[in-house]
Amino acid sequence: MNQMTNQTVKFYQTGTLTVGNRLLDPGQRTVQASEERANAITCGHRACQGCGEALGARYAIDAALKAAEGNLICVNATGCLEVFTTPYPETSWQVAWMHSLFGNAAAVAAGVAAAQRVKGRDHVRVVAQGGDGGTTDIGFGCLSGMFERNDDVLYICYDNEAYMNTGVQRSSATPGGARTATTPAVGDAPGNVFGTGKNVPLIAMAHNIPYVATASVADLHDLEAKVTRAMGIRGARYIHIMVPCPLGWGSASHDTIRLARLAIESGLFPLFEAEHGMVTASRPIRRKVPVTDYLKPQKRFAHLFKPDNPHGAAALARLQAQADENCRRFNLLRAAEEGK
Amino acid sequence: MLKQIEGSHAMAEAIALCRPEVICAYPITPQTHIVEGLSEMVRDGHLRGCEFINVESEFAALSVAIGSSAAGARTYTATASQGLLFMMEAVYNASGLGLPIVMTLGNRAIGAPINIWNDHSDAMSVRDAGWIMLFAETNQEAVDLHIQAFKLAEELSCPVMVNVDGFILTHAVERVDIPDQAQVDAFLPPFDPVQVLDPANPVSMGAMVGPDAFMEVRYLSHHKQMQALDRIPEIAAAFKERFGRDSGGLIRCYRCDDADTIVVAMGSVVGTLKDMVDDRRDAGDRIGVISIGAFRPFPLDEVRHALMGARRVVVLEKALAVGMGGILASHIRMALRGHPTKVYTLIAGLGGRPILKPSLNAFMDRVEAEPHYDVHFLDLREDIVEAEIARMAAERRSGPIAENVLRRVAATAQTTL
Ligand SMILES: Cc1ncc(C[n+]2csc(CCOP(=O)(O)OP(=O)(O)O)c2C)c(N)n1
Ligand code: SF4
Repeated sequence: MNQMTNQTVKFYQTGTLTVGNRLLDPGQRTVQASEERANAITCGHRACQGCGEALGARYAIDAALKAAEGNLICVNATGCLEVFTTPYPETSWQVAWMHSLFGNAAAVAAGVAAAQRVKGRDHVRVVAQGGDGGTTDIGFGCLSGMFERNDDVLYICYDNEAYMNTGVQRSSATPGGARTATTPAVGDAPGNVFGTGKNVPLIAMAHNIPYVATASVADLHDLEAKVTRAMGIRGARYIHIMVPCPLGWGSASHDTIRLARLAIESGLFPLFEAEHGMVTASRPIRRKVPVTDYLKPQKRFAHLFKPDNPHGAAALARLQAQADENCRRFNLLRAAEEGK
Repeated sequence: MLKQIEGSHAMAEAIALCRPEVICAYPITPQTHIVEGLSEMVRDGHLRGCEFINVESEFAALSVAIGSSAAGARTYTATASQGLLFMMEAVYNASGLGLPIVMTLGNRAIGAPINIWNDHSDAMSVRDAGWIMLFAETNQEAVDLHIQAFKLAEELSCPVMVNVDGFILTHAVERVDIPDQAQVDAFLPPFDPVQVLDPANPVSMGAMVGPDAFMEVRYLSHHKQMQALDRIPEIAAAFKERFGRDSGGLIRCYRCDDADTIVVAMGSVVGTLKDMVDDRRDAGDRIGVISIGAFRPFPLDEVRHALMGARRVVVLEKALAVGMGGILASHIRMALRGHPTKVYTLIAGLGGRPILKPSLNAFMDRVEAEPHYDVHFLDLREDIVEAEIARMAAERRSGPIAENVLRRVAATAQTTL
């Protein structure tokens, strides 16, 4: 591991579910449990307090750096992550990092990977990253091309379910009923119109790429394990990480992890892995919670809970139906059933 | 080695001699034969140590090129017309990041109406994007300019675009001297990037820059282009020394020494203009032609100096700034600021309209007879545009303009048959 990325860092996390748990067997400890971990994004960046994206990126890239033994190049789409980490002349990145445009991170990363191949530097690995807007919308063509060519790139999408950097506008990953700056809840309008959204993990699977996974900042052990797994594979890989955004969701900064966990436990954000187009694993929900537990603490759904909103109950029912459908599709409730 | 060869294939061979490491392109006429040739050379092992990446769009093509160049690989791409516009955002990005990518632009009109034939609208649409822009007059020069382009790009860490007229050059079979590998290797050292994505020495490239530094960054881009004003002739001289040919440079003057009238143009039309100059010289007309070899950086001083003795300058250009007039002409006026020299704008060859000697001669005669003349469209069917303007004024629901014009062209063709 090179020295620039290697520095002694302090621990921030405590508790049983956290990554930095030093009570665990050393073999089971995660990247973040080591003071010697590469600190991909150092402090000093300008993310909002409680930003899920900053957290997700640090854990993901640290894990990727460890897996690649420090030989990593990161490409970043335009978006919050790029803007809050690189206010020139400062940078929070301790890793070779490049930003080009909003819509081309996958293609730029493909070019970086091609250069490593021709230069015979196969040990140098490439990660591309972007928000849901950069991934599911404007960068989708380049992403699909990268999948189709099976370029040796791990693409990580940090899904905060809207265009946060430009002030919380709708993306194709914004859930039905959510209020954003471009899907305002005015009068009877339900916020974002209901649909299925663009499910990029499933679309990635349809490209038959070697590895696809969803992950969440609520389960950092799992997130790290998936990144490590992905880094052990060559070819196009995709990880879709849910990263709550306190600013855009209208939630408390200290609720980021709790909300991410409720998204999983309600069934709205299923955690699974897939190889070559087939689902190979999903994380069972032990105790399913109603979607309202997840939605209520977020201001972007507040209009659905207003008693005078004629569509609120129907909208909530649709979100519940989507969660139930996810549970069926990915067999998420098997643990609860087995427990019976 | 002298070869009877299609321009595109000659260029492909020249590019291969430059040992590119990553080539990435998306097909668009008239650039296709160049990248097809290269992909074949990569496949059959002729071009070793090179990756040919097939992508899903021009935007991806230049984006891949940005990535590979930033990671230290010598990188090439090619496009034309709509393709260039589709990659536009990345065009600015490549130069802003200072990446020495070489791109061939097979010059072609931009739609609508869609049109695959040659003019310079595409190149002119990116004229301020920070790329060095060279124009080839012949296929020999197209070959030579590519070899010089890699050297220039990598020395200055700035992308270079080699403009070649679509079809007129790309698809023409001509005698071309293709250098050998040893000659090119001696001229063009391996790529040594000034900045590179390297895990052993990590840098952040493409950071967010606010008002405190952006202007300085832009200024430095400009400064780099000003340096190119020196390096382009020096590289052309070095090229001549090694390859024995005059090729490239900022401007090239033909029979201008005692000329009253000088025609200024870019690209393959210069050949036609030289013929015209010869004819008119034979008839006693003191006329010459200047070919602009580098449009960016624009060689203002050289142009001013070369035009100083002329009484009138005719700028022939294959593009139009709609709502303004000539683009090259405005550059020439800028070069001549403060001088009384009269500058005429001649818009010609849009969408591939042939530029014929009789029309050029008629125009030159007219310029001499009617000195107040300014912007002129060579061989414009004035009867048809006037009829269309009248019809548009009379009927609101007029339908597609191009279709109406074509209908009238057909009608007049029939009556004259
Ligand atoms: C071509 C282009 N269009 C629009 C923008 C403006 N823009 C910058 S970031 C952004 C939204 C980013 O959203 P997302 O990818 O979801 O990332 P987030 O900020 O939410 O992390 C937009 C629209 C741009 N930079 N480039
Ligand atoms: S707006 Fe959201 S994603 Fe952006 S920095 Fe703030 S919390 Fe993070």
